[in-house]
Amino acid sequence: MEALIANITELLAENTIFNAQTLGYYGEGLVTTVQLVFLSLIIGLVLAIPLAIGRGSKRKWIKMPIFFYTYVFRGTPLLVQLYLIYYGVVFVEGIQDTWLWLILERPFYPALIAFTLNTAAYTTEIFHGAIKATSRGEIEAARAYGMSYSLMMRRIILPSAFRRALPAYGNEVIFMLHASAIASVVTIMDLTGAARFVYARFYAPFEAFLFVAAIYLCLTFAILYLFRYLEKRMLAHLKPASQ
Amino acid sequence: MAATPIPLEVRNIKKRFGNTEVLKGLSLQAHKGDVITLIGASGSGKSTFLRCMNLLEQPNEGDLIVHGEEIRFKETRHGREPADWKQVVRMRAKLSMVFQSFNLWSHMTLLENVIEAPVHVLGKPKKEAVEQAHALLERVGLSERADYYPAQMSGGQQQRGAIARALAMDPEVMLFDEPTSALDPELVGDVLKVMRDLADEGRTMIVVTHEMSFARDVSTQVIYLHQGLVEEAGPPAEVLGNPKSERLKQFLAPKH
Amino acid sequence: MIDLHGYGPRLFEGALVTIELAILSLILAVVLGLLTASAKMSRSWPLHRLGTLYTTIIRGVPDLVLMMLLFFGGQIGINMFTDMLYDRYDIDIFINVNEFVAGVITIGLIFGAYMGETFRGAFLAVDSGQIEAGRAYGMSQWLVFRRIRFPLMMRHALPGLSNNWMVLLKTTALVSVIGLSDMVRVASEASKATREPFTFMIIVAAIYLLIATFSEWGFAHLQKRYNVGFGESH
Repeated sequence: MEALIANITELLAENTIFNAQTLGYYGEGLVTTVQLVFLSLIIGLVLAIPLAIGRGSKRKWIKMPIFFYTYVFRGTPLLVQLYLIYYGVVFVEGIQDTWLWLILERPFYPALIAFTLNTAAYTTEIFHGAIKATSRGEIEAARAYGMSYSLMMRRIILPSAFRRALPAYGNEVIFMLHASAIASVVTIMDLTGAARFVYARFYAPFEAFLFVAAIYLCLTFAILYLFRYLEKRMLAHLKPASQ
Repeated sequence: MAATPIPLEVRNIKKRFGNTEVLKGLSLQAHKGDVITLIGASGSGKSTFLRCMNLLEQPNEGDLIVHGEEIRFKETRHGREPADWKQVVRMRAKLSMVFQSFNLWSHMTLLENVIEAPVHVLGKPKKEAVEQAHALLERVGLSERADYYPAQMSGGQQQRGAIARALAMDPEVMLFDEPTSALDPELVGDVLKVMRDLADEGRTMIVVTHEMSFARDVSTQVIYLHQGLVEEAGPPAEVLGNPKSERLKQFLAPKH
Repeated sequence: MIDLHGYGPRLFEGALVTIELAILSLILAVVLGLLTASAKMSRSWPLHRLGTLYTTIIRGVPDLVLMMLLFFGGQIGINMFTDMLYDRYDIDIFINVNEFVAGVITIGLIFGAYMGETFRGAFLAVDSGQIEAGRAYGMSQWLVFRRIRFPLMMRHALPGLSNNWMVLLKTTALVSVIGLSDMVRVASEASKATREPFTFMIIVAAIYLLIATFSEWGFAHLQKRYNVGFGESH
């Protein structure tokens, strides 16, 4: 027993990797990752709602461009989209002289734009599917009771589609969390960026990456449980009464 | 001519699906307090006719007059369409429909279903709508089910809830599209009882049904449709008690 | 070959690397997926636990982190192992982790977990009556698997398989980060050198879309084949 305690103290004393400074990097990385993922999800969600409605439009000139957008962004790697926006912005003639450069200079914003466009494309398709799955009878009832198209969309179709889309959207949130790791490729110090830094500094891949993997695992489980809770609350109406 | 306008009048409705003409010129007048039942074999066009009355289907020809107001149509590339959708919305709010498969909105509780259209279509204050909804649910025997979701109720309960939803619109005319066809036999009685009560209190109703006892006992007029045309029409005692056409006789003959 | 400032041929080679990498990883992933599905459905609880642990961890951690862990950590791990062999048994070998092999193993390992879930769902969806019928006609365990269970399972697994393949294809782009010269890496180097990022990235995006569109068509074809006897295929 005493030998064991001695062993542990020795281990901690020799722990040169996880000192206050590196833990600080991980902490800042966590904040950056959460900011990046949260912001892109929120903006992507706001964009996806009108896009999903338009995607189901009868008019070709509305439907086709949206379909093209989601097809391209879902069919190509996020990394390519990130490079396109990150390098693309830098090389646009004269951009470095405008006020836009103040924002775009930091890699955070090109990454945010790429992530937002990517998640908006996936979310559009998720909502589009959920809207399409609305019961025909319920839509008919809304029409029969004198609802206009916009009122029906707002009161009947979207609220029930959101609930139906919840499980698929939960997967999208986890997907975005994991995809955000590539932000480190364009020198952003997110969680993965912090791990790469620690790896490079101490040449300790196991410590650096296993630690960050554990953090991602915890975040993934947190999202999973959040959505399970939301589903339980918001999909209650689909379950028959238990008594 | 200061007479109150007729709640619903349709004239010479024709409807085609592709090349088949399913309604070949049907007319009907529903006066206040009338209970008109539409009967006929499946494929006779009775449900389509009913759905043309509130424009869930667009008739290719014919006129619709709701409470003295004639619906205006225009010709478009896609065929005939209502000229003014606002007018249609106003008209639909006066005709409330009860569907075969209930079609309650699944993400709302029963109470929310009942107040939805009064609040958001008619612009009724919410408090007033809720009070009215509770009274209506009481009437159809569902006061304890107000906070249940449709999936948590039996078919019979859902249909009575759907009738409460229809009543909440204070409709000029109620349209019933085979309201008991999707129900288990033991649940049909409760729904029919509610419908009888409505007829007794003088509601104007148009009912597509297979329930001959309802047609015989409750309706003021029975219309027998065959292949998109009226084969026989008149008071139930006449049409059901003394059918003239061979087809109607066969239709009414007890099935084994 | 289009020249593209001299990057044309390299981009073409990069595209071949992407395709080879994707196909080899897919094969590994399918094998691992079948093994995982059997482990998760087996009655032995250590196997069941192992399968669950594998799928949970892999699906809870970003692909890029796993890739770096296996790629950077893998070399050190192997060095430690060969050092141990040398110290204890005086065996002197040197193994160098090749980027391509590391890429195939990592992507295969990641998608093995996703495939495992797909196959498990598909196996469970197979009507057990048809399996029993096979046994009742005196088929051996293996014959039942090969002739009845597997073809029936494939019908249920194909949509998920197709979906996993599409995601896998896009995931191959990550190998550019660990130094493998796939088409994304070539395009990224070319972008920096020529200052024409749009040209190269759009070409690469178009190649991905082309492969995805072809695969979609191929999977639709397969789906038709496995749907025989199940009414209209959509």
